[in-house]
Amino acid sequence: MRFQGTKSYIATEDLKLAVDASLSLEKPLLVKGEPGTGKTMLALEVAESLGMRLIEWHIKSTTKASQGLYEYDAVSRLRDSQLGDKKVEDIANYINKGKLWDAFTADEQVVLLVDEIDKADIEFPNDLLQELDRMEFYCYELDQTIKAKNRPLVIITSNNEKDLPDAFLRRCFFHHIAFPDRDVLEKIISVHIPKIKKKLLKDAMDIFFDIRKVPGLKKKPSTSELIDWLKLIVSDDIAQEVIASKNSNLVPPLYGALLKNEQDVELLQRLAFMTRRESN
Amino acid sequence: MLINLFNTVRAYGVPVSLKEFLDLLKALEKQLVFADWNDFYFLSRTILVKDEKYFDKFDRAFDVYFRGIENMDDVLKMIIPEDWIRKEFEKNLTAEDLKKIQDLGGLEKLMEEFKKRLEEQEKEHHGGNKWIGTAGTSPFGNSGNHPNGIRVGGKSNKGMAAKVWEERNYENLDDSLQLGTRNIKIALRKLRKMARKGENFEFNLDNTIKSTAKNAGYLELEYVREKLNDINLIVFFDVGGSMDPFVKMCEELFSAAKSEFKNLEYYYFHNCIYESVWKDNFRRNENRVLTQSILNKFSPNHKILIIGDASMAPYELTNAGGSIEHWNKESGEHWLKKIHSYFHKTVWLNPVHEDHWDYTSTIKMINALMDEKMYPLTISGISGAVNHLSKRH
Repeated sequence: MRFQGTKSYIATEDLKLAVDASLSLEKPLLVKGEPGTGKTMLALEVAESLGMRLIEWHIKSTTKASQGLYEYDAVSRLRDSQLGDKKVEDIANYINKGKLWDAFTADEQVVLLVDEIDKADIEFPNDLLQELDRMEFYCYELDQTIKAKNRPLVIITSNNEKDLPDAFLRRCFFHHIAFPDRDVLEKIISVHIPKIKKKLLKDAMDIFFDIRKVPGLKKKPSTSELIDWLKLIVSDDIAQEVIASKNSNLVPPLYGALLKNEQDVELLQRLAFMTRRESN
Repeated sequence: MLINLFNTVRAYGVPVSLKEFLDLLKALEKQLVFADWNDFYFLSRTILVKDEKYFDKFDRAFDVYFRGIENMDDVLKMIIPEDWIRKEFEKNLTAEDLKKIQDLGGLEKLMEEFKKRLEEQEKEHHGGNKWIGTAGTSPFGNSGNHPNGIRVGGKSNKGMAAKVWEERNYENLDDSLQLGTRNIKIALRKLRKMARKGENFEFNLDNTIKSTAKNAGYLELEYVREKLNDINLIVFFDVGGSMDPFVKMCEELFSAAKSEFKNLEYYYFHNCIYESVWKDNFRRNENRVLTQSILNKFSPNHKILIIGDASMAPYELTNAGGSIEHWNKESGEHWLKKIHSYFHKTVWLNPVHEDHWDYTSTIKMINALMDEKMYPLTISGISGAVNHLSKRH
């Protein structure tokens, strides 16, 4: 079984190899990279191209590791006991299975996405060491070990907000999605917006890479922003001349899709003003 | 085996453990890659390196390893298993070719010849950019015309000459990221003071039992508020001048503290705290904050962390008008005392090595002002400071 990228996702050689390695050695794959380079998309596309089911676990700052395993709902059990419900006899009725439980007990191999693991508390990855290493955990309430029938392909994404502990890293394979170069980027765009005109694309890309070069931007626009922006340009049917005539005004049309930060927009406008003054 | 790769990578400062190395061997055993240096490079990078800041170090190590391979045989065996070569051969051979091989002395002989030539070439070209050569009529090399040539390296069109690791794409990632703030964060964690705040979310078993009993056995649920981190920390940073050599350390501490504590107030000062401090280094002359207003605004329960080298001319600390930047009506000593006496817990973190403290008079003076609560800016020093801050009294 090999991952080859899909129609809507361009995977580089090293990325394919990283996915293959974690598939065949059954290790989690940790994916890092600039926001908007397709980390979460990767899991979706891997699942689709390998024909596996995808189980997504989105991590928030309040997420606890145990929530991924299971939660025991004592409150509803107490309530049911008041009502004399027969369900009360069996504690299993009050165990809410978590995403890891689902992934472990699935009949076929699945893809488990642990999205943005760095959002959680600093100890969170440490609490999942055993579970991800041995692919099993113990449920105290049921006195039962939940063991993976088929070891799922685990894809973990991180935005680098927090360093991850070494013990955790040692158990993962690592891939850093670098920002794509122009050729790859053009391929990616042609997958998402097939109808775009060559000339328009070229001019737009020039502007895009120019903006990325501006020093001091808080958030450089990345692939997803570029795609949004191009979609807007195409759907608004903005004349190509407007894009091409960047000398008159450096701030590109519909810049809101590219720059998400007020200060960045201001910075760009200031630069535009300065270049205009110089050219006069 | 690939022990040399492992050692080289480690020597270049990439943290790799034996476990990862064994993983790499396992992956090779499973034949995830073969006969392709680029793939081998990607695979070993994926398995051995766990952070993009090490990519550049790894690239350099890989280059050294690649140039200096002492024994090609071992590596070849690892990436081209012998039985695979044999199978590939047999698949492609016509009767005529088989006869040619017989002429050369059989398959064994051909393999041997291959290895011999490989070694020779390694010596001549040393650097081995081109391996056995391309597009030739030698039996070895890629894109060749020889009927039973062994293709070495490169799945047809990948271009061996431009090796990925030689491009060093990750050079600028190296060290540009915050390094090792995890240790600092762990040290700061002790400072968390959990307080119950916000919504009632957590189930309280004890109170539920009590109120259910009161309710004659009819279930009465009780909740408590969730525990949240409720520490209030104010940090004063010394900037500029003698602090310049310590900027990196301070930045690390700052980024760790900022991500750990949501209620973090921070101010900058130069050399010593006087009647005003500032929040923005670029507009320090316009946007000043009066030190007195900080005392008025925050309750004495706030924890104070002052970070500075405490090294200055004694008059900057003791005399009115001693500041090197402006005319200060009251001495720095006066303000430090005021802060220290108003807030319950104040500590000073000093990036200067502890052994050198005795040589600077103002360090000793400030340490005395702080009731000896000056700690070195090291992991253990931070732990000590945090311990003091988190004590009740």
